[in-house]
Amino acid sequence: MRTARVAYAGAVHHAQPHPRGLRLADGRVLAEHEVVWLPPFEPGTIVALGLNYADHAKELARELTTTAKDEPLVFLKAPNTLLGHRGITRRPPGVKTMHYECELAVVIGAPARRVSRADAMRHVAGYTVCNDYAVRDHLENWYRPNLRAKSRDGATVLGPWLVDAADVPDPHGLALRTRVNGRVTQQGHTGDMVHTIPELIELLSGFMTLSPGDVILTGTPEGVVNVNAGDVVETEIDGIGTLVNTLAGPEAFEPPEDA
Amino acid sequence: MPPAPTFDIPPYRLSGTVIGTLLNHPGALAALGEAVHRPPYQAPPRAPVLYLKPRNTLLAPGEPPRLPAGVEAMVLGASLGIVIGRSACRVDERGAMDCVAGYTIVVDLHVPHADVYRPSVRFRARDASCAISGEVTPRASVVDPDRLAVTVRIDGQVVQRTGTAGMVRPVARLVADVSEFMTLGPGDVLLLGIAPDAPLLRAGQAASIEIESLGRLLLPAAVAEREAA
Repeated sequence: MRTARVAYAGAVHHAQPHPRGLRLADGRVLAEHEVVWLPPFEPGTIVALGLNYADHAKELARELTTTAKDEPLVFLKAPNTLLGHRGITRRPPGVKTMHYECELAVVIGAPARRVSRADAMRHVAGYTVCNDYAVRDHLENWYRPNLRAKSRDGATVLGPWLVDAADVPDPHGLALRTRVNGRVTQQGHTGDMVHTIPELIELLSGFMTLSPGDVILTGTPEGVVNVNAGDVVETEIDGIGTLVNTLAGPEAFEPPEDA
Repeated sequence: MPPAPTFDIPPYRLSGTVIGTLLNHPGALAALGEAVHRPPYQAPPRAPVLYLKPRNTLLAPGEPPRLPAGVEAMVLGASLGIVIGRSACRVDERGAMDCVAGYTIVVDLHVPHADVYRPSVRFRARDASCAISGEVTPRASVVDPDRLAVTVRIDGQVVQRTGTAGMVRPVARLVADVSEFMTLGPGDVLLLGIAPDAPLLRAGQAASIEIESLGRLLLPAAVAEREAA
């Protein structure tokens, strides 16, 4: 099953896919553009992986002092970063490189504490697509990746659908890609993860209890490029969904007449 | 006409988002010496150095903190907690204080680690490692949040006397600088910072953290977790 959370006509609704767009739980059928898409579940702790695809690690190797062979590079993102499908992310003024990252997001469905990799998948509720933005200009070597580079407003885009785990027999058998203004800029496959989903759940639950709604962003393959205000970024994972985000410059957030 | 309701009057409801601040305390950066200019750091920090305490770390009132199996002692980091009352998005220093509802006492327990470059999240995100006082002291009741004495006791003995004065970024500046890239929402708690010489807490030890004008947070005796079965 696929479910979405959307705002429509004054309330937040759960919705399912429909040939004409989506169907709200109360029966109303709407087109995709008629609703405001929220992240398809209420996220708890947002755990993200850096350098979890070998090719991406190589791509960034020149500026790194660690390798992907070390303990997985785990960082956290705050709720201010959350955004749904068809949302608008602010690109800060004066930065040289802001890039998307197409990632498979694993949503926890049952509490997980010290779970072995053999049992790990029982704790997964489902999957969605994440676009995990980064502003590289703001990367500093203090508690890296620092929150100013990654934990920015609108920098964790999730959706459109939460796909039940039962409908995804092999989460490591999915092709993924990103299109910027319709042109493919990133391609990869979830089979190329350095640390697999069961390994990540075993590792994380070994030192922190995971709860329903917590989400693990499993990292991105090579092919990240700078994106600019006005660009439409589509992050897509086969069988999971196509997540659309648009970048806007500061003028969209701070109209000059209000300055 | 009655005033519009806001979150900055009691009762306060915390959002569960807890953001810690590093290297804000006077002396914390200086303690690293010339190393701040060398690899891996390369240069002193430009923006606030922050971390998150996720929800699994948060202790219920009166719940004892836990020491992970194999960890003999954790650093007991006492901090002023700035409780946000109204959304703060790209505010300046003057606007920042309008977004502050009040203050609370926060203890961040973490596994000792020297690395400030890319420390493992396992040092900071342990279960039951963050205590927040149930009381929020309204902003108006605190004359100067940047001049409060902080006293830490372990088993009744004073182990640290510090304060909120002289921070790299005082309260208003910190809220403003963080709000440049993170919108802080009602009930979010931003930690002003921890003194560099924070004491260690071992299993069986109880602690209290006193912040002038705010009161005292009592931390029940820490419990050691057993090894995984």
